[in-house]
Amino acid sequence: MEKIVVDARGRSCPEPVLMTKKAMAQTASRYEILVDNDTALQNVSRFVRNAGLEPQVSEQGEDYLITVERK
Amino acid sequence: MKEKRNIILAGLVVGIAAVALTYFGNPANMGFCIACFIRDIAGGVGMHRAEIVQYVRPEIIGLVGGAFLMAVFSKEFKAKGGSSPVLRFILGFCVMVGALVFLGCPLRMVIRLGGGDLNALVGLAGFVVGILGGVFFLNKGFTLKRNYKMPVAEGFALTGVNAALLVLLVAAPSVLIFSQSGPGSMHAPILMSLAAGLIVGALAQKTRLCMVGGIRDVVLFKDWTLLAGFVAIFVAVLAGNLILGNFHLGFVIDAETAQPVAHTDGLWNFMGMVVVGLGSVLLGGCPLRQLILAGEGNSDSAVAVLGMFVGAAFSHNFGLASSATGVGAHGKVGAILALAVVLLIAVCNTRKAPAPKVTEVPTATAEPSK
Repeated sequence: MEKIVVDARGRSCPEPVLMTKKAMAQTASRYEILVDNDTALQNVSRFVRNAGLEPQVSEQGEDYLITVERK
Repeated sequence: MKEKRNIILAGLVVGIAAVALTYFGNPANMGFCIACFIRDIAGGVGMHRAEIVQYVRPEIIGLVGGAFLMAVFSKEFKAKGGSSPVLRFILGFCVMVGALVFLGCPLRMVIRLGGGDLNALVGLAGFVVGILGGVFFLNKGFTLKRNYKMPVAEGFALTGVNAALLVLLVAAPSVLIFSQSGPGSMHAPILMSLAAGLIVGALAQKTRLCMVGGIRDVVLFKDWTLLAGFVAIFVAVLAGNLILGNFHLGFVIDAETAQPVAHTDGLWNFMGMVVVGLGSVLLGGCPLRQLILAGEGNSDSAVAVLGMFVGAAFSHNFGLASSATGVGAHGKVGAILALAVVLLIAVCNTRKAPAPKVTEVPTATAEPSK
């Protein structure tokens, strides 16, 4: 299986979502998006849900890891 | 869904607060105007000497303070900065030049629309064009690079400055400069302005309300959430003005009366808002959003606000700002130069990002570890 890791920490709105969009345009079975603030977390999660997928969120220290599995 | 409902509610509150502030003394169609109010504060502390626009607006102090308090309360206060601060200062400066050629920030543009001012519709067209330009650069890879963790004091600094302004306003108003006539002399009572700012600041922090983000996200992601807040403000202001009899549809109210604090020079209403739209997309949010982010501890946004503050003083010192009689003596040159500078910043910071790297994960370890 293939995964794509996106490090969007420190990026201001809307860059984390754009980076996620670009990553998800490529084929992979898993995407891992790292963000470091609540706005990016909400925006990326909303984007993933709008794409019909379910984001899984886990806290990693002060960052959030958003994992998206493509069935 | 819940996000959209919350932002619509927040938008309605902003609209009602704007109408109420005007009812209790603020200039017409100026319940809130981030650009005008920062400009008034610049005048209030003597950075410019345009005598009709000098007052320390408690709304601004409240917006920053409300965002700060809400961010602390919801554990979202984070001191961050270091993402191209000088470029952000210059972008803030240029956004202010554009806003003062149009006579309002994007929030006031919506409020003016709700008052029936069709000059703001021309401004909206320019705003959309500017945002489309910004989206073009974002898609091409524009970035001001990442920010970094900063000391707490750095994140609190702009809130602290605002708190100090409030102390001056209440305890030693004689050291400040207040307009005796014109828009600067018109204001709601201090406590009411401060309370409205605090409430709107807190709500805007919670919901990420942003005028430029609304249109940007629809174009970029077909996401209508933020735009819903924009529309809600318009609806509430429109309803409020209709109820109070303050709705006057047209480019002018009648042959003798202009729309309040507005001019009818369409080309420059348009051009001013092109600069605001483009500059705001590059900054990551409208002037209101910059104030809110500054309250949350983002010192890059605080620097953008300082850029707006200096830009406002500059605009009035050098005749760039418009007035009800029309565009300022040097407003056209100012708007074009501001646009050129913003475009230059956009071009210089746009480069194609490397394609996301795909890595092979051995199937045995593919399960996410707990």
